[in-house]
Amino acid sequence: MIRFEQVTKILGGQKILDDVSLTIEKGEIFTIIGSSGSGKSVTLKHIVRLLTPTHGKVFVDGIEVSAAEGAELEKARSLFGYLFQGGALLGWMSVFDNVALPLRERERISEAEVEKRVMESLKMVGLENDGHKFPNEISGGMQKRAGLARAIIHRPQIILYDEPTSGLDPVTARTIDALIHRLNAELGITSVVVTHDLQGAVLISDRIAMLVRGKFVEPSTPEAFIKATHPDVRAFLDAQFIPPEGMAGQWQSAVAVGSKTPRTKE
Amino acid sequence: MRFTRECLYADCEETSLYQLIQQLFSIVGRGTLLTVEAIFLFPYQVVNHRARKEFLRQAYVVGIKSLPVVTLVGLFIGMVLALQVGLEMRRFNQEYYIGAGVMISSLREMGSFMTGLILSACVGSSMAAQIGTMTVNDEIAALEIMSINPVRYLVAPRLAAMMVMAPLLAFYSCVLSVVGGGIVAKTQLSVPFMTYMKIAVDSADRYDLFVGLFKALIFGVLITGISCLEGLRTTQGAVGVGRATRQAVVVSFLMVLVVGYMVTRMFYTL
Ligand SMILES: Nc1ncnc2c1ncn2[C@@H]1O[C@H](COP(=O)(O)OP(=O)(O)O)[C@@H](O)[C@H]1O
Ligand SMILES: [Mg+2]
Repeated sequence: MIRFEQVTKILGGQKILDDVSLTIEKGEIFTIIGSSGSGKSVTLKHIVRLLTPTHGKVFVDGIEVSAAEGAELEKARSLFGYLFQGGALLGWMSVFDNVALPLRERERISEAEVEKRVMESLKMVGLENDGHKFPNEISGGMQKRAGLARAIIHRPQIILYDEPTSGLDPVTARTIDALIHRLNAELGITSVVVTHDLQGAVLISDRIAMLVRGKFVEPSTPEAFIKATHPDVRAFLDAQFIPPEGMAGQWQSAVAVGSKTPRTKE
Repeated sequence: MRFTRECLYADCEETSLYQLIQQLFSIVGRGTLLTVEAIFLFPYQVVNHRARKEFLRQAYVVGIKSLPVVTLVGLFIGMVLALQVGLEMRRFNQEYYIGAGVMISSLREMGSFMTGLILSACVGSSMAAQIGTMTVNDEIAALEIMSINPVRYLVAPRLAAMMVMAPLLAFYSCVLSVVGGGIVAKTQLSVPFMTYMKIAVDSADRYDLFVGLFKALIFGVLITGISCLEGLRTTQGAVGVGRATRQAVVVSFLMVLVVGYMVTRMFYTL
């Protein structure tokens, strides 16, 4: 579904991505972790051509997005929902209007239909009572959830999540994890999740990869990932108190807080 | 014609004079492309009712933000002109002709010039700051993902609003200058107000008016193009927004001076 072929990206004279080759399969939840400033957001932006590789190619669904122009690029981008790190809501519009924006600008549907779908989307992220508020009147976590509501409103096939749970309280964070999992399980939405939150990542991901100095280390299943011996990965795991043998049992109860269909790993 | 936002970034760090000049040309080129694309998107501004509303909102913002300053500056420019010219003319007992001096200089130069400076400072700066903030907050990127062309959505309504409001404001400031000059003529130089006005109106020339308003229109286009470009090519967070804002104001000021002279030179030959 998404394929990076030997992608190198130089920004400000620095090699942010270094000869990255990566394939993300249709229908999987692929999680990218890495320290701040390691280039996770840059990686996501390449998938929808917000950035263009210095060398190499990016393919989505057979389209070479790294070279696509005009209508072809628009078609590729329409497959995506994108949750930006800060929510990226337009400041002069209410939350409702922000979420409605993709529908009003792109689809010819009645205002009643727009309202129905916006409310549906807001309900999914738990903001059904905050539609009238403006982005600067709500907290960072709520902005992020509103951004998520906007990302899923046009029913995309692929959703890119840039730190969906950072800055949220633990309970809401698990709810969002559960939502990501549910969208994937019920609607088959391919998901690429950038996160620092390994606890959540291990729960919902099909594969996890860590970005270290411009390269992806061991894209592997959560079970294999937590047993990793690579020193940088190990440091990241240890910092979040995840031992190689895992914490089976505790996870299931954690995910049950937010989801009705906890996924059993093992 | 259509370009992605990424190509607005200045990727290379300027090291040599050659690269600096190269970068300067590429920025001028991008600014021109941006403006031309926005002008080509004007029909959409008329057809689409949401775009029309946004145009009206921007026109209101431009007008309201600069109206108090334009009022004050217009009045005082007229007063200063009347005083300086009047004192000189009185030596030859010609102070009754101050009206002509004030009218001609505001129509030809001062009206559009001062409006250009005020719009750079009041409107251009806030355009660059707003669009710059949107850029560093990924809001522009979000628009692109939703296949909403930021040039159509943000630049075109601002450009249209400026092109309408700049000449109107310039005209308004001319009127106030003439009134301000009249007040000084009456109170400081004891020229009767009606006499002053009659001479002022008699010396008003349609050609001068049109060239002055045309210049204001050009300033509006320049300021919007420069400010939106600076906003869109902002990088590096809040610091970058500050830099973009300052850059937009400085470049707009210089352009108002330089291009103002060139347009004047085009229409008035010795
Ligand atoms: N437009 C840009 N110009 C120059 N450098 C950039 C740009 N965007 C990102 N970077 C740099 O790329 C690196 C990775 O950024 P990012 O992907 O945002 O990190 P993170 O992994 O925390 O999401 C950072 O060092 C950042 O300074
Ligand atoms: Mg990031």
